[in-house]
Amino acid sequence: MRARSAGRSLGAGGRRMADAVLFEFLHTEMVAELWAHDPDSGPGGQNMSLSVLEGMGFRVGQALGERLSRETLAYREELDILKFLCKDLWMAVFQKQMDSLRTNHQGTYVLQDNSFPLLIRMASGLQYLEEAPKFLAFTCGLLRGTLCTLGVKSLVTASVAALPACKFQVVIQKS
Amino acid sequence: MGYGIGTRLVEDFLARSCVGRCHSYSEITDIIAQVAFKMYLGITPSVTCNNSSRNEFSLILDKNPLVEFVEELPAGRSSLCYCNLLCGIIRGALEMVHLAADVTFLQDRLKGDSVTEIGITFLKKPEEKKYRRKK
Repeated sequence: MRARSAGRSLGAGGRRMADAVLFEFLHTEMVAELWAHDPDSGPGGQNMSLSVLEGMGFRVGQALGERLSRETLAYREELDILKFLCKDLWMAVFQKQMDSLRTNHQGTYVLQDNSFPLLIRMASGLQYLEEAPKFLAFTCGLLRGTLCTLGVKSLVTASVAALPACKFQVVIQKS
Repeated sequence: MGYGIGTRLVEDFLARSCVGRCHSYSEITDIIAQVAFKMYLGITPSVTCNNSSRNEFSLILDKNPLVEFVEELPAGRSSLCYCNLLCGIIRGALEMVHLAADVTFLQDRLKGDSVTEIGITFLKKPEEKKYRRKK
């Protein structure tokens, strides 16, 4: 579980740093900024904003994929790569690991996070369910981008049944 | 966007740092540089005071984590103030503790200056002060 006590996360050199919250704050503003310009737009405008967020996440994921995977992940099995996402990527970005990973062994994986940090501050339960997709788009892109750097083409979607738990569905694209 | 972040970040900062009441603009600027910047970005900018009435200060950043992976501004975007987010954050945070300030970049390494310098000018609100005293 992510510790929220004062200055618990240690930055380089063992200093007490609070930089983990910076990404959360920035992400909230990104979503707010994109929606501020067209609050009443129809599905078309909303999809555009979701695409922009997903695209941003994708580029960040691509870069993170390079930085995080020093070992030769390219030679590993697909499942190992997904485990890397659940453990290393999630730990680097959200300071926690994914809660569960399931697969049908045919290229579809479901990653479940029971207390997703970007949703935790919003609500608990069914309130704001409609707003949840906005806060998941970036992360879907993040997963897709990291997979891309690791040589895996994928489609990533997210779903929320009740905040703050959410599921990311990764479908590997065979080229 | 920085302003929006700043208005929220200040609560997080006050909760984590437990700083007491500040008695001067210079004290506030020192806390921003030595506690807040250190806590969130891991750097400690140096502080200088720019005028005798002690309400204009500069933060000199010799290292800026936000531009760690940036060599130069993209073509056609040479006037982009890349880290303006930081100015908004400072401004938003100060406003939430009832301090109005202008915060801008005075120098920017990305634009060819030798250092990166953020200027904070605390604005006096005489009307509000009078109102408080009458109470």
